[in-house]
Amino acid sequence: MTVLAQLGLVLAVFVMLLLASAAMVYAERKVAALIQQREGPNRVGPKGLLQPFADVIKLMFKEELRPGGADAVLFLLAPVISATAAFAAFAVVPFGAETTFFGLLAEPLKLQVADVNVAVLVVFAITSMSVYGIVLAGWSSNSKYSLLGGLRSASQMISYELPYGLALASVLVLANSLSLTTIVDAQAGYWFGFIPKWFVFLQPFGFLIFMIAGIAETNRAPFDFPEAEQELVAGYHTEYSSMAFAMFFLAEYINMVTVSAVATDLFLGGWHGPFLPASLGWIWFLIKTSALLFFYIWMRWTLPRYRYDQLMQFGWKLLLPLAVLNLLVTAAGVMFLGV
Amino acid sequence: MVSLNHYLVLSAILFAIGTAGVFLRRNMITVLLSIEIMLNAANLMFVAFGRHFGAVDGQIIVFFVVTVAAAEAAVGLAIVIALFRLRESLDPDVFTSLKW
Amino acid sequence: MGFELPLFYVFAAVTVVASMLVIGQRSPVYSVMLLIASFAALAGLYVLLDAPFVAVIQIIIYAGAILVLFLFVVMLLNAPKERGGRRPRLAAGPRRLGAALGVVFAVELVWAIWRVASLREPVEAAVVLPAEAIEPVRWIGQVLYTDYAFAFEVTSLLILVAMVGAVVLAKKHVQ
Repeated sequence: MTVLAQLGLVLAVFVMLLLASAAMVYAERKVAALIQQREGPNRVGPKGLLQPFADVIKLMFKEELRPGGADAVLFLLAPVISATAAFAAFAVVPFGAETTFFGLLAEPLKLQVADVNVAVLVVFAITSMSVYGIVLAGWSSNSKYSLLGGLRSASQMISYELPYGLALASVLVLANSLSLTTIVDAQAGYWFGFIPKWFVFLQPFGFLIFMIAGIAETNRAPFDFPEAEQELVAGYHTEYSSMAFAMFFLAEYINMVTVSAVATDLFLGGWHGPFLPASLGWIWFLIKTSALLFFYIWMRWTLPRYRYDQLMQFGWKLLLPLAVLNLLVTAAGVMFLGV
Repeated sequence: MVSLNHYLVLSAILFAIGTAGVFLRRNMITVLLSIEIMLNAANLMFVAFGRHFGAVDGQIIVFFVVTVAAAEAAVGLAIVIALFRLRESLDPDVFTSLKW
Repeated sequence: MGFELPLFYVFAAVTVVASMLVIGQRSPVYSVMLLIASFAALAGLYVLLDAPFVAVIQIIIYAGAILVLFLFVVMLLNAPKERGGRRPRLAAGPRRLGAALGVVFAVELVWAIWRVASLREPVEAAVVLPAEAIEPVRWIGQVLYTDYAFAFEVTSLLILVAMVGAVVLAKKHVQ
């Protein structure tokens, strides 16, 4: 019976991620439009809500092109790697407390596909695999623009993995465990009765560093130089069309969702929140993750793009030392103040 | 039941594959990759023995081996790049003289 | 648990087949991708050996950083195979001899291991795991930073030296 429930959970998470990326497509265009003081999609369905489905159908019917000199195997493998890594990373992210779905299940089911006690590292490992999708896409397209875009994008992702990991390590020092469920549970409760015990209040710089590094990891503006439409003709996915292109975009949006979900678990207290019983905690999780995703979209349409060398300098010379300093201060705080 | 032998035999086979790669390939990058295979074979043996004796030292040694392998790969590839700039070839047989 | 043996064989088969393909591939990019597959299977084996931390480290460092470095170098050097002409390889005779010697080596090692009867016990059997093994990462941390602290510091120095060395060696010398 639990096997069935577990499989149901896997299916539910998969469908949820697909719907999330569809929602992101719509949200991005609508929010971008509102920021730019226009209306955005409003033709397809009420208030343009069916726009993502129209996009998907359009992409499905496009012709699948492949450049002549392209390496067939790697050309098709690259989007598969990107999409697989994006989906797989969400497997260890918990999005709610144990619940019995209002008494439907005999025993409580954890809202997490796999509860490993090194969950944080697993997320990190799988997101570092997504670099390969980009590099292979750039190389196998047999085109200068794609190769340059791919290599630049990969160097950027690897460079920003360091502050990402260090910000993560600062949270580990506070929470004393690598399991995401334990980290979220360490943020339950309140200080002085009304300030929630979220790590963002103990680690404001850690949170900022994590979000900035996360934006760079997912190749979003202002760090999306490799995709810069003006400079590189869309970079590593220049030669892709139809479903393969759709896979890259799916992977990008799901990576965003994963980074936001992990940030919610690590810094914003996961599914803990006032007024709702623990079994409905996933609603709070949804709200917090959506807030972070809105932040992502907001950043993209507000800030100008970093040039590539500025981007790398920022990552290595500013963000990394700050992240190390943050870790040192956190460790000192835990040792001497016993936080 | 998986015995220690299983892991050791697997480790030995991987090591032999790596050695064959080092000797048979004429592309310096593939030679470096074969060295990585050999290092991984050794890692597997460390972890298997560590588990067998209930000690964590096997895992810690693997931690160090991975770090040293990273350093070695970085320097090895830098040398390959420098050599490539000289002769435009990745074939180790081309670099036969100490003077150029 | 009954599924450990078949799982071991699956992972072992993937590792061996992928490694053999690595040394036989024409294109270095394929070799790197196959090696990633091999390392992923090895990570699975580490999980079977109750070493989840090493498994994740394997993916993060080996498959996620070292092999990316290899891939970068392969792509930037754009291996001479693309320029036409035969790729450099050993003549057929020495290659077959080499392959045969490789097989002999493997057989020798396997025989040397198989002779020792004490190694045929199950992997988990010899010693009961101490209480710390419940949280493997904590255990690793405790031993790493106390017994192996010196090695840890020296390793960080080693990485610094390697970084500086790699940058200096690969720099273009502008005259």
